[in-house]
Order: sequence, then structure tokens, then C-alpha cells
Amino acid sequence: MTLLAVERIKLFTTRSPWWCMLLALFLTIGLTAVIAANWNNAPMPVLGAVYTHTFGLYVIMVMAALAVTTEYRFGTIKATFLAVPDRVSPLIAKAVVVALLAGLVGEAVGFGSWAASWLLADDNSQLALTTANDWRHVAGVGLVYAAGAVLALGVGALVRQTAGAVSIVLVFALVLESVVGLIPNIGDDIQKWMPFTVASKFIFGDPDASGMPDGAGPPVVGELSPWGSFGYFAAISLAVFIISLVVVKKRDA
Amino acid sequence: MIEATGLTKHYGATKAVEDLSFTVSPGRVTGFLGPNGAGKSTTMRMILGLDRPTSGTVLIDGKNYLDLHRPLDRVGALLDAKWVHPNRSARAHLQWLARSNGIPDRRVDEVLDLVGLTRVAKRRAGGFSLGMSQRLGIAGTLLGDPDVLLFDEPVNGLDPEGILWIRQFMHRLADEGRTVFVSSHLLSEMAQTAQDLIVIGRGRLIAQTSTRQFIEDAAEDTVKVRSPQLDRLRELLAEHGRVSESATDAALVVHGVEASAIGELAARHGITLHELSPQLGSLEEAFMQLTKESVEYHAHD
Repeated sequence: MTLLAVERIKLFTTRSPWWCMLLALFLTIGLTAVIAANWNNAPMPVLGAVYTHTFGLYVIMVMAALAVTTEYRFGTIKATFLAVPDRVSPLIAKAVVVALLAGLVGEAVGFGSWAASWLLADDNSQLALTTANDWRHVAGVGLVYAAGAVLALGVGALVRQTAGAVSIVLVFALVLESVVGLIPNIGDDIQKWMPFTVASKFIFGDPDASGMPDGAGPPVVGELSPWGSFGYFAAISLAVFIISLVVVKKRDA
Repeated sequence: MIEATGLTKHYGATKAVEDLSFTVSPGRVTGFLGPNGAGKSTTMRMILGLDRPTSGTVLIDGKNYLDLHRPLDRVGALLDAKWVHPNRSARAHLQWLARSNGIPDRRVDEVLDLVGLTRVAKRRAGGFSLGMSQRLGIAGTLLGDPDVLLFDEPVNGLDPEGILWIRQFMHRLADEGRTVFVSSHLLSEMAQTAQDLIVIGRGRLIAQTSTRQFIEDAAEDTVKVRSPQLDRLRELLAEHGRVSESATDAALVVHGVEASAIGELAARHGITLHELSPQLGSLEEAFMQLTKESVEYHAHD
């Protein structure tokens, strides 16, 4: 497991991961705090506390993409491949380290946002984590971040350029997935299978009815159960990452 | 020991390296000489498994680089001193490299000391001068105390002091019995650094010989000939040696034929000579002469 230590050293001896992690925490918990402080006509539901997690997800995916594209930018990927010529094992080690870190940040985001809501909301009677679904809404953020990080890492390894990888990830998640819904007739059917849409069903799906007015909360679409949704998102992330491994192995470094 | 056999690399229609075979022996500094774009870096990347040869093989001590376990113990390579994250400290850079091959941390301090960077070990590598970056790169190659070392254009852009340091360092490495393979596009540099030379142009082998032999072959036996019957003379001389056009005036430059022999040949065939002068060309001229065809051809491609 020396390679895990190598990737850990690489990640933590540069500054961008620290900034990305801080930004992810600040954006999500900060925004949630503002939302919670202004939530005053009804008890705040658990879903309200994690609504902002997507902002952090994008930042964490940028961090994951950077973890590999900066290696291409500065040539350290070649130094890595000289040190470990099989190429696949260092990339897997990188994925493990980045996914673990993203998962930890995700848990901090989930529970941090939840705690901020608990402290700031006028009525926090509905915020207690009593059911499995409540726990999934909050703790699930870590899993989505981890899977999203693996996806972004795969895109980064395929594209090799920071600008390209970051644009692909962000344009896909922020623009393409919503624009697809505008296609007549088939748009909705395509949209509900788009990875980030499905991933949000894992966080937001099947909330406990108590305290939720009908139709309230973020829109949730998808054919799969919440856990099925996560499986689908994780499978896509893993598929992209495995494709990137095959390409990196074959390509001239 | 590095052995290349029929090494070939094509990028689409571009033939970067074409059927290149050579050996690099231990205990000597072997120069890898060729003009820019001749395929030196591509060849080095193929030796190190970064690029896949289109065909042919290259072995290091009988093994493919890709099959080496913990390769830093066997091979140290510096292809580009800028392959360092600018915000990482010199020490952290060496640390992750060392860790990847199970090399203890104490070795990091040893090699930093060896190249004289101990004082700046904690500074970010992005702020290093080119000379310091080269030293850091060399420190990286020495981590695993390898028997085979490769350097791609290590003195490019260095000041004279840095050049001297690297030159002496390489000699020391070779004297310790290691295989040292160093590329350059400057013959004058190689003449002072390398004992053996592998010369390539346009991806093909031009010569593999000792540096002394190469310089003798290249610099001697050039004779400049002017004559009103130049075309006739060219045909006759081509049977005995290599003939090329003079770059400066209407004359022939003859390689490998003594001036006296040319004179006798001309006399036998009744050719008037206006000039018959042995040339003591500079090394660079000789090198350029030798690789001229390949460079020219490349430029017209």
C-alpha cells in the first residue's frame, strides 16, 4: 500500500486540494446556514439541510479532476509512470485516496449542514435523524462525493487538461442534464437517466412524509430506488474510470 | 547496458525513429547525438516505456522497462527537469518518488546532499533556477542508486558552471561502473562529456563509435576541390569516397580520400584542378555535414 502513501503525499503537498475542500465546506454549510436562519414558517425538514450539497459536489469534482490533470500539466505523471511502469496501480491508488477524501468532505458537508440547520432553524423539531431515510439524506452526501470524485478523476485522466476536464464535468452536470429535459417527447425519459439527476435522487428521494407538505422539497425524478440510484451513479463513475485506465495504459505517456 | 534492436516509432505518417539499433555499455558515458527533432527524446521515452515502439525492442540489462519491479533501483532517468509540481517542495517531490519504490526517507536527504540542495530542500520547486531544477532532477535519478542512468539534454540552458558540474558528475557515475546515456544536439558538448557516441539523424542511426574515432573520421580526410570539370570529377570521386557540394562556393568536398589520391586521379583522367586543399573543419561543421542530409530532408517534408 505504498502507492496510497505516495498519492497522499502528492495530494497534500500542493495547495489546490486544500482550497477546494475549504471551498466545498464553506459553500455548502454557509449557504445552508443562511437558508436555516431564514426558515421560519414551518419546521425545517432534513432535506432542507442537505439541499446545498450539489455545490460542494461540483467543487470536489474539480478537485478530483485537478488531482490528475495537474500531473499531466507539470509532467509528474511521467515521473510517476517511470517509477511505477504498470500505470494502472498508481491511478487506482489515486482514485482510492481522492475518493476517501471526497467521502470525508461529503460527510463533513452533510453533517455540518445538518448541524448548522439544527442550530439556526426556528423550528428544528423535524431535523432529528430518526429513520434510515433521514440518515441517507445526510450521510449519503459522502457517498455521492466519493463516486463523483472517481468520475471526475476518470474524465481528467482521459482529457489530460484541467480546462477541458473541468468544463466537461461542469457543463455536463450543470447545463446538459437540464437542457436535455427540453427535448420534446423523449427529453424527460432521457433526463431521468442522467447520472447527476439520478444521484440527487439518492440524496433527496423517498423522504419521510411527516412534516413534509405535499409536493414540497426539491424535485426528484428517476425510475430507481434511492439506493438503486446510487448504484447507477457509482457504476457510471466506475465505468468512466475503468475506460480511462484502459486508455492511459495504451496511450503514449 | 541498453540494447535497442530495430526500434521504430511512427506518429501517423511521421517517422520519428526508424529501425534504430545500438548498444550502450556500462562504465562509460555514451552520448546520444543528433540535431533537434532527430528522434532522441522519442528514443529515450521508448527505452523507458513511456512511448510504445511501433516495432522493435529495447532492453535494459536484458529486460523491458515495463517489466521492471521498482525500476528506480535499476534505472534513473531525467528527461525533463521541469517534471515537478511547482508548489511542491524539493524534498516532498523526492519523498513521493522514493516512497513509490520503497526507498527509505533517509535516502532523500542523502541525494539532496549529493547534489547540494540540502539548504533549499523545503523551498517550492517552482521557484528554482534551471540549474537547481536540473540538480533536483538528478537527485531524483540517484534515489535508487541505479546502474543505468539516462539524461535528455541535461546541459540545455545551463550556465558554464552548471555544465561543468553535470559533466563531472556524469564522469563520476560512469567511473563507478554505471551505464550513462546522455543526449545532446551539441557535438562540442559531447566531445567533452562522452566517451562513446551514438549519432542519429532523422530517426536513423548515422554512427555508433567512440567519440575520438567519430571526431577523427568526421574532421579528417576532407578535401576541397575546385575544377572546371566538376561534374566529371564528381563521378570519378564518388567511386572512391563520399562527395558533397561545398556550401559556400562551386566546389566539391570529398570525404575519405587523401588529397594526393585526388590529384593523381585527376591527372590520370586529364582533369584540371584549380584548388586541392585538405580541410581541417571544425567539429560542428563535421557534425552538420554528417547530419545535413537528414535535417534538410526533414525540413522539406
